[in-house]
Amino acid sequence: MKITRTFAAGALSLAALLTASTAFADCGIQGAGSVRILSNDFEALRIVNDVAASCATADITVTANATAEHKNIQGPALTVNPAEYTVAVVANNSIVPLLNDDLIRPLDDLVAKYGQSLQPNQLIKIDGKVMAIAFMGNGQHMFYRKDILEKAGVAVPTSTEEVLAAAQAIKDAGLMDYPLAASNKPGWDLAAEFVNLYLGTGDEFFAPGSAELAIDNDNGRKVLETMRAMTTFMNPDYLTYDANELNKLWDAGNVAIMNQWGSLAGAATDPAKANPEVAANTGFSAAPTIGGGTIPGAALWWDGFTIAKNISDADAEASFQAMVKGISPETVAANPNVATWLVAGYEPGPTAVGVIGNANGGARAYPMQPYMGLLHTALSAELADFIAGKEEADQALADVKAAYDAAAKEGGFLK
Amino acid sequence: MSVASRRPAALNALILIFLALWIIAAAFPFAWTVWGSFKVEADFFSRQSWWSAIEGTRTQAQTGSAFTLAGYEGAWVQNEFWKAAVNTLIVTVSVTCISLTIGTLGGYALARSGYRYAFWILIAALIFRAMPHITLVSGYMLPFFQLNIWGVLPTTIIVLVAINQPFTLWMLHSFFLSIPKDLDESAMVDGCTRFQAFRMVIIPVMWPGVITTGLFSFLLAYNDFAVTSMLLSQDNQTVVPKIASFLGSIQNEGNVMYAVAAVVSATAPLFLLVLFFQRQIVSGLTAGAVKG
Amino acid sequence: MPHRTFFAFIFPSILAMVLFITLPIVSVVVQSLFVQHEAVLITVENCGPFGCENETRVDTAAMERLQAERPLGQFAGFSNYLNRNHLAFDEIAVILSDNDGLSDIAARIFNLPLYKALIFTLTFCFLVTPLAMALGFAIALAVNTLPSFWKGPVIFVSILPMIITPLIGSLILSWMFNPSGILGASLQSLTGDPTLSLRASPVLTWIVLLVYGVWTNGPFSFVVFYAGLQTVPQDTVESAKIDGASRWEVIHHVIIPHLAPLATFVALVQLMDNFRVFEPIVGFSAEANATSLSWLVFNDLVGQDSQLFGSAAATSVITIVGVLILLAPVLRRTWREFNQKVV
Repeated sequence: MKITRTFAAGALSLAALLTASTAFADCGIQGAGSVRILSNDFEALRIVNDVAASCATADITVTANATAEHKNIQGPALTVNPAEYTVAVVANNSIVPLLNDDLIRPLDDLVAKYGQSLQPNQLIKIDGKVMAIAFMGNGQHMFYRKDILEKAGVAVPTSTEEVLAAAQAIKDAGLMDYPLAASNKPGWDLAAEFVNLYLGTGDEFFAPGSAELAIDNDNGRKVLETMRAMTTFMNPDYLTYDANELNKLWDAGNVAIMNQWGSLAGAATDPAKANPEVAANTGFSAAPTIGGGTIPGAALWWDGFTIAKNISDADAEASFQAMVKGISPETVAANPNVATWLVAGYEPGPTAVGVIGNANGGARAYPMQPYMGLLHTALSAELADFIAGKEEADQALADVKAAYDAAAKEGGFLK
Repeated sequence: MSVASRRPAALNALILIFLALWIIAAAFPFAWTVWGSFKVEADFFSRQSWWSAIEGTRTQAQTGSAFTLAGYEGAWVQNEFWKAAVNTLIVTVSVTCISLTIGTLGGYALARSGYRYAFWILIAALIFRAMPHITLVSGYMLPFFQLNIWGVLPTTIIVLVAINQPFTLWMLHSFFLSIPKDLDESAMVDGCTRFQAFRMVIIPVMWPGVITTGLFSFLLAYNDFAVTSMLLSQDNQTVVPKIASFLGSIQNEGNVMYAVAAVVSATAPLFLLVLFFQRQIVSGLTAGAVKG
Repeated sequence: MPHRTFFAFIFPSILAMVLFITLPIVSVVVQSLFVQHEAVLITVENCGPFGCENETRVDTAAMERLQAERPLGQFAGFSNYLNRNHLAFDEIAVILSDNDGLSDIAARIFNLPLYKALIFTLTFCFLVTPLAMALGFAIALAVNTLPSFWKGPVIFVSILPMIITPLIGSLILSWMFNPSGILGASLQSLTGDPTLSLRASPVLTWIVLLVYGVWTNGPFSFVVFYAGLQTVPQDTVESAKIDGASRWEVIHHVIIPHLAPLATFVALVQLMDNFRVFEPIVGFSAEANATSLSWLVFNDLVGQDSQLFGSAAATSVITIVGVLILLAPVLRRTWREFNQKVV
C-alpha cells in the first residue's frame, strides 16, 4: 500500500497533511481527552495517523506510535490501566489476542453518536457488538504477464489446475524455465499460502465449536499436493522467497504467474520505479480456485482500528472521533491510490482489481478463531520439509497436528 | 615484537598476502554497500545481474544520472534519521560509560577476591548471559508499562547496561587478572585504602583493557535490536529499529535503499572512533604500564 | 579482599543484574511450569466487510474468574519441557521402540523441531568458534607486525564485519550470495554450473551460514588477542630468541601461554553467543534448512500472531541448560585457575 517513489510519497503525504490542516482544521471534538495511537508502520497508516493528529486542540492531545513491533507491544500496552494507547490499529489476525484478553471495548454507542460517515460493512461485529472499524482491505491475488501468456497461447488461468497447465505451456514454449513463484519462505509466509488454498476448498480448519484441528482430510492433502506441484515450476531457491522478494523477481521479468499481496500491486506497476516492459504487461485478477471449487484460494484481510478498554470514556470518545476523521471519505479522496479503502466514495483503481475480484468471487476472510494463530505457527514450521520435497503429505499433516496440539494444550484450548 | 626487517622476506610476503585477503573479505561487502547506496534498488538488488549495480542502468533511467542521493535523502530528510542518530548517540555513550564505571569496580573486586562466592558470581553472570535477550525483553514489557517507564531512553539505557554487565564483568575481570597484584598491594602496604589503591595505582594502568571492553559495550548497545525495538516508542527509536522499519513488513514494501544509506552513514562515525581508540590501546602499552 | 570491600565494589553491578536479569529469569522459569487456563469457548456470529461467519471465541468473563483465582494459569510441571515441541520424550520413546534402523531413527528425531534446531545450533557452535578464534589470532599476529601508521586503518577494516549491524550485514551478504548477486554469479561461472544455488540445498546453506559466522565472529577474537599481544612481556620474548628459539617456538611457548586466559574468555563468550545464533538464519532466509534454538524462541514470541510465552520460556531454559553443559569443561578450568589464586 505504499507509494514507492520517494518524492511522490513525500509530496503525497505532504498534500494529505495540507488538506488535513485546511479541511479539518477543527475536527469538532468536544471536551478534553488524550488520543494515543499504536499502529503498524506503512504509508496508508501514516496518512491516517497524520490526519487524526490534526485534530489536536488545546484540550485534545494526539500522539501516534507507528512501529513494525505493534503486534508485540499491543498486549502489555493495553493490559495496564490506564492503557498506554487508546487506539490500536489491527487486522483480522492481530485483533484476536486483544479479543482473547478482553482488552478492547464495544463501539456501538460511539458509532451511533459519531459514526455517521461510516458504512455498515466497515463495522466488525463480534457476537453482535461492534469491536473494530475496518477501513482497508487486502489479500493475495494473481499477478500475470499478459505478453508471456499470449506467446504461450494460454488464457488467463482461473484455477490452480489451469495455472499448472499454463506453466507447462510457458516452459514448453521455451519462454521461461521457472514461470511460477510463491511466497514459500518457512515462517508466516508459507503458512499463509496453505491457509489461502485451504480456504479456497471451502473446508473448515477446526471441528465446529471446538479447537480440534480438522485439516487432516482430502482437502488438506489436495492443498499440499497443489503447493508441491507448483514448486516444480519454481526457481530452486523458492524456499527463500517472501512477498517482498517476489516483487523483485517480478520486476526482473523472471516470473509469469504468481500470487501476491494486493498492497504490493502498486509497486509492481509504478511507472516511476518499475521495469517498464514488465509493468506494461502486468495484469491482476482474482486468486485461482482449487479442486474444481468456485472460491478464490486467498484469505481476505481488513485493517481497522479498535479502542482500548482500560481508558476513560472521555479519552475513548476523543479517540474514536479522531480516528473517524483519520479514515474519513476526505482522507480517502485525497489519497485514493495508497490502499484498497473500504470507505464511502472510494473508486477502486487498476491495482485494486485483484482484491475486489477475490471479494466478488466469494473469497473467505482470514479466520478469527482464538487458536488460529497457533495453527498458523504450527504450519509455518512444519510444512517446510514437505514443500522441500523431503517428506510426504500425510507426514506433514501429522506433524502440523502434533505441533498444533502441543501448542493448543499449552494455550488451554485443548485438554 | 620483532622489527619487520628481521623477518625473512618469504614470511613477510606471506603475512602481507594473508592480511590483504582478509582485508578484502572484511571490507569488500562494506565497500560494495557504499557503492550501492548511490544506486536505486532495482540496480543494487537486481534479480537480473549484479553487473547492473556497477553500470546503474535503472538508476540512469529513473534519476537521469548514474549515481543518486535518493537513499540518503529519503533516510535523512524524509524519515528524520538524524533523530534516531541522536538517540543512538545518547544511548551508546550512556551505556558505555555506565557499564564501564560499574563494571570496572565489579571486575576489579572479582579479580582480587579469592573467596568462592566471587567464582559463583562469575558463573551466575555467565548463565545470565546465555538467556536469549528476546525472552528477557518480553518479560519486561508488562512491568515497564505498569511503572509507566516504557518507551523512554533511560529505561533502555539501564536495561542495556544490565544485559551488558555479565560480559563487561568477565572481560574486565580477565584484564585485571593480568595486572600484577603486587602493584595495588604494595600501595596498600604504604597505607592506602583499597579504593585509594584502585584509584591511584590501578586506574592509570587499566586503560587498554577498559577501552577494549568499552568498544564491545559500545557495539552491543549500538547493534542491539531486541531491546531497542521492543522498549522504545517511535519518537525515541535508535538507528537499528529505524533501519529495520525501512525494510518493510510482510504485506508492505519497505525502502531497502533507505536502510542501506542509513547503514553507510551510521558506520562513518565509527571509523573515527576506532582510529582514536586504537591509539589509546597502543599508547597504553608504550607507557610500559602493563609490563609484568 | 574483605567481604565488605568486595561488596562495596561490586554492588552496582549486582543490583543491575538482579533487577533486570535474575528477576526476569525467575519469572521465565516459573512461567515455563504453567499452561493457560482451560479456555471457555462460545460460538458466536462474527461479521465484517466480507460477510458473516460462525466462529468460536473465548468467553472473557468466564476466563476472568479463572484468572482471578489462579493468576499464573494451571500448574503443569515439566509438561511444557517434555511435549512434542520441546524435548518430546514420548515421541522419542515411540521412535526408539519402533523403527527401521539407525537412519530411520535419525530422520525421525530430526523431524522434531527442537532436535532439528539443536543439530544446527551445535554444528554452528563447534565449527565457528574454533575457526573464528584461529582466524582472529592469525590476524592479530599479522597486524602486530605492521608499521604503526597502517595499524589504525587495518584494525578498523578488520572489525568492520563486527560493526555492520547484523541485520544489514547478513542481508547484504545474503544478497551477494544470491545466484544473481556478485558472489553467487561468480561461483556459478567459476564452477561452470549455471544452476548452482547456495540457497537451495541444505548443505550449501549450512556452509554459507558457517562462513558468515566465521567472518562476523573473527574480529572479536582479533580485538581481544590484539590487545593481549600488547601485554606480552618483551624481555621474555627477547631472551627466548637469544636462546635460539624460532618464531614458531616463540609463538608456541611464549605468546600462546600468555594469551591462554584471554583465549578461555574468548572461547566462553563465543561458544555462548554462537549457541544463540539467530540473525544469520533470518538474514539469509535459511529457515527451511537451518533453525536454531533462538530462532524457535523468536518464532514463539515475535514471529507469529499469537505469542506462546510458556513454550518460549521452556525453550529459553533449555538454551541455558545447553550452554551450561557446553561450557562445563571451560568452567572446570576456570574453577581450577580460580583455586590456584592466593586469597
